[in-house]
Amino acid sequence: MSFKNIRREDASRAVIVHGILLTYTLVALYPIFLVVINAFKTRKAIFRDPMGFPNAETFSLEGFTKVLAKSNFEVFFYNSFTVTVITIAIVLLLAAMAAWALSEYKFPGNTVLALYLAIGIMVPIRLGSVSILNLIVDLGLINTLTALVLVYVAQGLPLAIFILTEFMHQIPKDLKEAARCDGVGEFKIFFAVILPLIRPAVATVAVFTMIPIWNDLWFPLILAPGDGKQTITLGVQQFIGQYVTDWNAVLASLSLAIIPILILYLIFSRQLIRGLTSGAVK
Amino acid sequence: MADLKLDQIHKSYGAVDVLHGIDLDVKDGEFVVFVGPSGCGKSTLLRIIAGLEDITSGDLMIDGDLVNTKSPRDRGIAMVFQSYALYPHMTVYKNMAFGLKLDKQDKAAIDARVREAARILQLDQLLDRRPSELSGGQRQRVAIGRAIVRQPKVFLFDEPLSNLDAALRVQTRLEIAKLHQELKSTIVYVTHDQVEAMTLADKIVVMNGGNVEQVGSPMQLYHHPQTRFVAGFIGSPAMNFTKVSIDKVEPGKVTVSIPGGTPSVLPFDVDQNELGNQVELGIRPEHLSLGDGGELTVHGEVDVVEKLGDSTYLYLKLANGDRVTVRAPGHSRVKIGETVTASVSAGAAHLFSGGGKAFAKVDCPAEYSADE
Repeated sequence: MSFKNIRREDASRAVIVHGILLTYTLVALYPIFLVVINAFKTRKAIFRDPMGFPNAETFSLEGFTKVLAKSNFEVFFYNSFTVTVITIAIVLLLAAMAAWALSEYKFPGNTVLALYLAIGIMVPIRLGSVSILNLIVDLGLINTLTALVLVYVAQGLPLAIFILTEFMHQIPKDLKEAARCDGVGEFKIFFAVILPLIRPAVATVAVFTMIPIWNDLWFPLILAPGDGKQTITLGVQQFIGQYVTDWNAVLASLSLAIIPILILYLIFSRQLIRGLTSGAVK
Repeated sequence: MADLKLDQIHKSYGAVDVLHGIDLDVKDGEFVVFVGPSGCGKSTLLRIIAGLEDITSGDLMIDGDLVNTKSPRDRGIAMVFQSYALYPHMTVYKNMAFGLKLDKQDKAAIDARVREAARILQLDQLLDRRPSELSGGQRQRVAIGRAIVRQPKVFLFDEPLSNLDAALRVQTRLEIAKLHQELKSTIVYVTHDQVEAMTLADKIVVMNGGNVEQVGSPMQLYHHPQTRFVAGFIGSPAMNFTKVSIDKVEPGKVTVSIPGGTPSVLPFDVDQNELGNQVELGIRPEHLSLGDGGELTVHGEVDVVEKLGDSTYLYLKLANGDRVTVRAPGHSRVKIGETVTASVSAGAAHLFSGGGKAFAKVDCPAEYSADE
């Protein structure tokens, strides 16, 4: 087989792979696209021509005005944002430290502990909803954002620890030993040498942690449904009635809800892409 | 700067013993090289000195202090790794200053020390670069610089040249030698390359299978190896060995017969009990010369010829199947298939017992002696 043929085969394979990925991207993005274009249309136009773009006749900001004027949208926003950011911060710190301990220090029960944490990935936290609700009630934390943060930290930790442990294993042993010979203490090695090196992995974990939290409806519904404590996904529900759904408002608030998470994603994404490839190539 | 003392250092991983009681004294300012084949325990011993491995039993003293249980940072050592182990996210300057900064030292003092180290190692122009923007040799210099700024009692080098290409290795080797002259510091250096060991060391420690085979100056090891292992390890190309039997033992003299050669009288002190035993004769390729001018001759068929320009290596096959390498002059015209005679003066020969111990040589000629 000549050199040319190999290249042609590679090219056709790339076309196929990219075709599949592109199709998947379109399928995944289409609903979001529909939400966004319909958010800018009149109620009638949404039902008459759901696929159509807003035009001069059908364009309307009715949904947005309703959402911003008639509901505590900024409160929902604030709640969601607070819960997500605080959770990410706690998960990243605790998971990185746990991963460092599991990968670097040999102590009795090391493997058992790692396995125990890995089981957390496989068991959905929602199975424990009833006990979690009881616990939160007993702690007097019902209708607080603290309750949500605690539950989300528990939910996010296992996967975060698992991913970070793998990354920490890849850091050359010499580097840690050089730091020890350099007179650097263990905490300082962790914060000044290890953490900067696994930044891509930390970004990956941040994205994996933040998206399910931002989108979650279940725990806000059972743990913090009270006024002033609702998150954005729960807040949107007030426009969805048993008989009538205010689609303008629902679509407008969903469109708005995309923005903060998109910003967070953009912050992490440059690191994330490096993280995914560096994990794959090595 | 300080001296270093190892007393009966043992190391085992579970049931596997890797170091069997190492005793060693390193004097202040001495350049000591641990050399040996891979798996001989030389790196483990260095890591024990650094404090990166625990001691199973035995005592380790640095500057008179027992440091067995001290962490690396409290031992006053600095280590240079084979893989450089630079912090990839820091500039050259920060790499060197990092340890000092954590020590809460005065900023101006840190700066002065880093710049001084950079000057010694010619890194002045590179202080703002990241390790990824440096060549291998430059990275290794930064790693050395990071060790220098700590002003340690003992420098530890773990195969620092192994990742460099041949030309750079020679150049960096010279720089390390110069550095030692300039700093007059105690250095422990691990390598598997006997050329590095010979060129750098004040004192070489040859290790094999977790034991110290011999400690001595490069010339002592070259001229007076105490075991067959040391004789074979030091010197390039390696010493030739061939089995001989002892025919006659007299005080200070022993007669051996070489296969394919004539019986020869060699100046060794050998016990009467060895009479008739098989022992090993060792001759360095560079001591052999073509023709029968010496007291000890071998005949063999040349089966490989390597021309290096300044010299030519002839690989002879003896009658008993043993191989002998001869270093002939570069202008030698010997061809493959020829049968040649090579000889050596009796004073250049080495004789090893069946157990691999060297027999004592009597009246060693000056040209084959380490005495100055």
